[in-house]
Amino acid sequence: MNRIPMERKVLSENDRVAAELRAIYERNGTLCVNFISSPGSGKTALLERTLAGFEAGRRVAVLTGDIQTDNDARRLARYGFPVRQISTGGACHLDARMVQKGLEGWPLEDLEILFVENVGNLVCPTSYDLGEKSRVVLLSVTEGEDKPLKYPATFYRADLMVMNKLDLLPYVPFDAALAHEYARRVNPQIEILNVSCTTGEGFDEWYRWLEAQRVQTGAAG
Amino acid sequence: MHEMGIASSVIDAVRHESELRNGVRVLKVGLRVGEFAAVDPESLRFCFEALIAGTDLQHLQLDVQFCHRRNHCQHCGEYFEAAEFPFICPQCDSIATESKGGDELEFAYMEIEET
Repeated sequence: MNRIPMERKVLSENDRVAAELRAIYERNGTLCVNFISSPGSGKTALLERTLAGFEAGRRVAVLTGDIQTDNDARRLARYGFPVRQISTGGACHLDARMVQKGLEGWPLEDLEILFVENVGNLVCPTSYDLGEKSRVVLLSVTEGEDKPLKYPATFYRADLMVMNKLDLLPYVPFDAALAHEYARRVNPQIEILNVSCTTGEGFDEWYRWLEAQRVQTGAAG
Repeated sequence: MHEMGIASSVIDAVRHESELRNGVRVLKVGLRVGEFAAVDPESLRFCFEALIAGTDLQHLQLDVQFCHRRNHCQHCGEYFEAAEFPFICPQCDSIATESKGGDELEFAYMEIEET
């Protein structure tokens, strides 16, 4: 019997497509952000409020993934920016090939920001690189503050944690400081923002964070 | 769960590697799966066995090496397994450590039949 060492990742095919996408984004100075959270944490609400605050001339687009329905795409399309739904037809996550297909025909060279809303799931999307520059995980105050400890892989790989539904904090037994501590325990480098998509609290910081990410892509202005 | 897709990627890779070697029979494939890979080894094994059952690869064995989180001490340079928070260097007691592994999802080796 012969043992042969193998040096490759299991998802190398996904990673290959993700690298192609990343190269396209970098060439065009497009910031791609991948949003991951449990179902109901407010990914679509965050995107709605974000789009509503952009001037009409901004070149921003959204790909939104769900197992079934185009409800999210219809919600997001009201703000006048291009939106496409990816229906995974059962799959619990987006992969790079679905994103590549979802982008077909879009003039990517004109795009400043591409938001990719993953399927609501705090486990499976984690393993799949979509070519994004920034990965954002949402945690809402109606969930348990120990989610970073229960789903460490997702928080470990995120650049930013958005703690959402801040307006509900007075009504729920959620310890915000503890949630921050747990997130930093899993990922000491993670950045954290507190927002409410209902009141708009925290959105100035959120827009600043997005612009800072965009500057890092080398995009002008 | 996404372990079915991952198991399917493993099997595709084994077929590919076999083709590169004139169709040599692969007996065993070894993977490294990190604590932060978001992959459950038992579920992966279940999916793997379901996918190979009744195929030409039904004798293929799967070996999963589970990899814990590993940290690197920025003070003394020691590498250590980081099990419990806070992560303290066992050599010098420093808490200035950074994560250096534990998110692997990769092939380690393949065992093929002697020809």
